[in-house]
Amino acid sequence: MIYAEILAGGSGTRMGNTDLPKQFMMLGSKPIIIHTIEQFFISGKFDKILVCCPSKWLTYANDLIEKYFPQKSNIILVAGGSDRNETIMNGCKYIEKNFGLKDDDIIVTHDAVRPFITQKIIENNIETCKKFGATDTVISAIDTIVESKNNDTISNIPKRDTMYQGQTPQSFKIKELMTLYNELNKEEKQVLTDACKIYILKNKTVKLVPGEVFNIKITTMHDLKIANAILMERTK
Amino acid sequence: MINQSYRLFSPKQIRTDLIEEKLKENEVIIRPTYLSICAADQRYYTGNRSKEALKNKLPMALIHEAVGEIIYDPKGEYKPKTKVVLIPNTPTTKDDIIKENYRQGSYFKSSGYDGFMQNLVYINRNRIIPYKNIQDKIAVLLELMSVAMNALEHFNHYSHLRKQTIGVWGNGNLGFVTSLILKKTFPNATIIVFGTTEEKLRYFGFADQTYTISDIPENLTVDHAFECVGGPNAESAINQIIDYINPEGSIALLGVSENKIPINTRIILEKGLTVLGNSRSGYEDFEAAINFLNNYPEAKDYLNNIISSEIVVKSVNDIHKAFKEDQNNEFKTIMKWEI
Repeated sequence: MIYAEILAGGSGTRMGNTDLPKQFMMLGSKPIIIHTIEQFFISGKFDKILVCCPSKWLTYANDLIEKYFPQKSNIILVAGGSDRNETIMNGCKYIEKNFGLKDDDIIVTHDAVRPFITQKIIENNIETCKKFGATDTVISAIDTIVESKNNDTISNIPKRDTMYQGQTPQSFKIKELMTLYNELNKEEKQVLTDACKIYILKNKTVKLVPGEVFNIKITTMHDLKIANAILMERTK
Repeated sequence: MINQSYRLFSPKQIRTDLIEEKLKENEVIIRPTYLSICAADQRYYTGNRSKEALKNKLPMALIHEAVGEIIYDPKGEYKPKTKVVLIPNTPTTKDDIIKENYRQGSYFKSSGYDGFMQNLVYINRNRIIPYKNIQDKIAVLLELMSVAMNALEHFNHYSHLRKQTIGVWGNGNLGFVTSLILKKTFPNATIIVFGTTEEKLRYFGFADQTYTISDIPENLTVDHAFECVGGPNAESAINQIIDYINPEGSIALLGVSENKIPINTRIILEKGLTVLGNSRSGYEDFEAAINFLNNYPEAKDYLNNIISSEIVVKSVNDIHKAFKEDQNNEFKTIMKWEI
């Protein structure tokens, strides 16, 4: 089985004063999260599409999904966790509990606030994950990456051609992901900012999948303004 | 739903536009699999159109020859992965007399409206036709064939019955497809192809005779003729046809010319010739093209011979590569669309 997990755990704290989480803000004529779910929905490649969002927004999200996907069928809402990885795990546990797990079952995890994802990126994630077990969607680093260990002075400037910017989706064989995550101790879990890092800590391979420059993450009001500016109406 | 359209915004400049699509009543969503470059696309790409045309029509996604697979049909009529050919002509009115490709108000993809160079194509279900038993890279030539089918239907309707010798002027893609269709449709007729390049004429192995235009026997005549030249050379081709055609013959014009062309109307009158204009194609012509390939499966092998290059497209750079390659190709450049 192939599952999608749309991560909509954001609370909107980086969006300025608004209380409405960023994934529910409007991009063009629809909320950002709806554009994102639509790409997964039309792809026809997913047995189930899990949408994970904070508990207090579940009802709100459910109303939105019912409005935009009246047929709904394979879209399931799941409560998010305390952080990104706990949210991913909540989705995995939901799958395990409700549908059972096989070794080859795959989960394609994606930020709800990256609505410009393409079918090609989704397909590449699935195909690469089937072969290699774990994928990360990346683009080559455009800016020079500067490392500062003391947050004051430069400690290193890595060679740019070995640097990439991480996007999503990140895709995993679900059983292996759960096993590896559960093997981590509390301290290791606390330093995780990214699901792929689970694999790196365990010396496992994560295959790169090419992303797109425009597959941006809408995190701030500035991002939202840019996203609305680059999104065009079909006039011809 | 968000889509990406790869639009030419000035000659040799393509950008990715992010478009918010709204699925309309009766539309389906297609993922293109193969696209084929036509001379008309190349003229836009290289800027060989009038400044006014470029100003009015760009930015625009090029390409009107495409096949793809159904990715989403809200009505469930088509299963995902169903292979379909896309019809670029879109009529906006109904008419029992005038064909859809000649109707006022019909619009055409990649001529003022986005063509098929997009990640997804939102298209009315009456603008697609499923196909089977045809390789995608051959099926992408169906649009070109449909143009010849449109001309053939016109020709059948208006030309007189004596069809012993039919001449085709032009040794390009359209000349190839037209002469192939004529040979299969009129197996007893002598099909003669007239071209400029001996090397290219060698590809026309199915034709009964081929001649370079500077080496035509004096006593040769044709009952009817198809002009598939277009551009600045259309003038000499049409006038040569007028010289070699028998009285009351029909001349089917298919080649597009940017400028007005002087032709020998005196001889047209003297011989009582019929000049038939042909442009583009409609749904029925695509059906006819598919039927043709089903009835004459060997035609697929001939068509395979005019695919000069197949470029796998994964990025905008690959699109540029395909258009550049096409400028040096003898026949067709097709793009395997994996962007």
